[in-house]
Amino acid sequence: MTGLLYLIPIALFLGGLGLAAFLWALRSGQFDDPDGAAARILLDDDLADEDQDKED
Amino acid sequence: MSAELTIKSGAAGLGCPSGLEPGAPDVLGEESALIDPAPFVRRRNGVSELELAVFGAKCAGCIAKIESAMKKLDGMERARLNLSTGRLSLVWRGAAFAPRMVMQALTEAGYRAAPFDPAAIESDHDTEGRFLLRSLGVAGFAMANVMLLSVSVWAGGADMGPGTRGLMHWASALIAIPAALYAARPFFYSAWNALRNMHANMDVPISLAVILALSMSVYEFFAGGEHTYFDAAVMLLFFLLIGRYLDHRLRWRARAAARDLLAMQATTARRLGADGVIEPVAARAIEPGDRVLLSPGDRAPVDGVIVEGESHADVSLVTGESAPRKLRPGDEIHAGVVNSSARLVMRARATVENSLIADLARLIEAGEQSRSRYVRLADRAAALYVPIVHTLALATFLGWWLVFDAGVRASLMTAVAVLIITCPCALGLAAPAVQVVATGRLFKRGVLVKSGDALERLAEADTMVFDKTGTLTLGRPTLTNREALPAGALEDAASLARVSRHPLSRAVVEAAGPGKAAEGAVEFPGLGIEGVSGGERIRFGSAEWVGEVERVSDGDGAALETWLRRGEAPPVRFVFEDAARADAADVIRQLSDRGLSLELLSGDRKEAAAAIAERLGLPAWRAGVSPQDKAARLGELRAAGARAAMVGDGLNDAPSLAYAHVSLSPGTAADASQAAADFVYLGGGLEPIAEAVDVSRKARRRVLENFAFAALYNACAIPLAVLGFVTPLIAALAMSGSSMVVTLNALRLSANGPGGGDSAERSP
Repeated sequence: MTGLLYLIPIALFLGGLGLAAFLWALRSGQFDDPDGAAARILLDDDLADEDQDKED
Repeated sequence: MSAELTIKSGAAGLGCPSGLEPGAPDVLGEESALIDPAPFVRRRNGVSELELAVFGAKCAGCIAKIESAMKKLDGMERARLNLSTGRLSLVWRGAAFAPRMVMQALTEAGYRAAPFDPAAIESDHDTEGRFLLRSLGVAGFAMANVMLLSVSVWAGGADMGPGTRGLMHWASALIAIPAALYAARPFFYSAWNALRNMHANMDVPISLAVILALSMSVYEFFAGGEHTYFDAAVMLLFFLLIGRYLDHRLRWRARAAARDLLAMQATTARRLGADGVIEPVAARAIEPGDRVLLSPGDRAPVDGVIVEGESHADVSLVTGESAPRKLRPGDEIHAGVVNSSARLVMRARATVENSLIADLARLIEAGEQSRSRYVRLADRAAALYVPIVHTLALATFLGWWLVFDAGVRASLMTAVAVLIITCPCALGLAAPAVQVVATGRLFKRGVLVKSGDALERLAEADTMVFDKTGTLTLGRPTLTNREALPAGALEDAASLARVSRHPLSRAVVEAAGPGKAAEGAVEFPGLGIEGVSGGERIRFGSAEWVGEVERVSDGDGAALETWLRRGEAPPVRFVFEDAARADAADVIRQLSDRGLSLELLSGDRKEAAAAIAERLGLPAWRAGVSPQDKAARLGELRAAGARAAMVGDGLNDAPSLAYAHVSLSPGTAADASQAAADFVYLGGGLEPIAEAVDVSRKARRRVLENFAFAALYNACAIPLAVLGFVTPLIAALAMSGSSMVVTLNALRLSANGPGGGDSAERSP
């Protein structure tokens, strides 16, 4: 049972990592445009070359 | 003309067939579709910023098309379209190009757009939603981790020594207490506000259950007890926060969509300076005494007097009259009137706040107060539920303590178990989950729902009152005697009419289809159009002007008509009327099949109202009704015990929309009416009304089913809890189980698919 002494902190740390990631995502606007994010993966090829340069 | 053509192709959607695209060009006119956004541009640190609402963007192709069109403008630094909200935010260097170019480029790409007022954007951040989401995240984290520990305690059972169990409880407490105190703040605030105002809402028992569960668990832990409720406290919060967040998002999205629509209305005006310079300004900036230029298609931003020009105006949004009204210098013009034929200059007599709209706004406010007394289903359930639960918990405690002599600690634990297991998780999820699914389904069909309780109120409606002009009818004249016209007459008339923007001319052009405009044709405002063809003079206009002497006595004004005369040949009569929408009769029948009693209230002439009522099969109608009378009629219905739904679009309908039990308004309606309405439906037909009635009735049934389930669940769980058989394990299973059943039941509403009204019969 002594394994628990480090297993519980590890579990908590991993959970905390997930929570921190969620809060970061929330703060940095990842949830601002869910529909757009899903659609944008299909883009890029349609843009003309000059537009892609501007994108950078 | 070219502007009109590009807008038409834009309305067709260019591969984005969306029912959400309001069929607005015919109402707003070509000119106002190109609002000059200059007054809404923010300039700071050498860059210009502009936010626009873009309508009709639905897919990746739209993003690419819009953003690349924007980036083609020289000097554009950033152009990003938010597909979820339909906002396009633009940043460009200095004054690299005129803001009007942006609108032009968007129109050419096939999308309609409207600028946002920067002041409105500032108040636009969804802080409450963020707060709820953060709380939800923390509660979710705590729930998962505490559950991990709790499950091992439950599963460990007798094998686990008190030392290990103590460690588990200790770790649980360390996670659960701070997390619960953090995540329960939305409930604490709301409960505290309610208590301060001397009444109790659903958040009072929730807060009490959380606090009691936490403090009893701490006490148990130190007393070396076997059971703690840390997991129950955080799980409760997690489920309740989901319901709370759904409810919030529902209202937020509806409000944002409504604001987008309002941005479409005439927010800008063209002010004519003393030196003759035309300056685009926000409508709010118009002061009494300013001269405002109204091109054909423009909407008067404020009340005023015509000082220059002669034209016809569409007053249907203001009075409900379908016939165009003639305007001459010296005539009054009200805010919301659309100029339809020739250039006008008006002198403002009031600001936006003091215009006609303000009078109506007072009536609207009075109506909304009477409506705010509506109590939501969930609150009605809570009002029954809260006292029962509190009494039960107290009785449990007293019973075990005094009657069965179980000791304070054991009695209190049992009472806490009762509070936790009866905590309204399912109740808190029951209504919002259903309403989110229902509004999502309606949204796809082009109906915006302003609030969750609007659905409940529409489901209760037993009477539906319609406005005529612009609601049941198209709100503009169409040619009716096309078959009776001699050969060639329509083509002749249309070639003349193409040079004019008069509503009757447009109706003729629409009937004739595309073609050439007559060369050298001249419009005489107030009279008609004259041209030359085949060496003969052709006139298209009023009876007097073309020389039709017998018909000059235009006394009754029963019909809208114009005359066409070629040379000295006898004149040909063109008759127009404000035709009913294509699906109106159909939808009226569907609605009366659904048990609604229907009625027509029109501000228009008696003949026009009677004709429409008869054609559509409306049993009851009244004509010539003033806005006050309309509101009074809805008051009468309310007094008679009817729950009336009002459908209307004009400013004259706005007070009655507010007085009605529930109200619907088309996306082309005046902004005051859209603000007063609970539902705004887009697109050219009335079919969304029937759909909204169906979905709201189904949603009500689901909500009631959910409540019934919650009641059943409580009927089973409460006796167990009162008798002291409930352990934290059972509480956890019961809570998550009931929440899941309620959510799944809500999802059934969308599983019926996009089928229209007929899907009502499919569900049991």
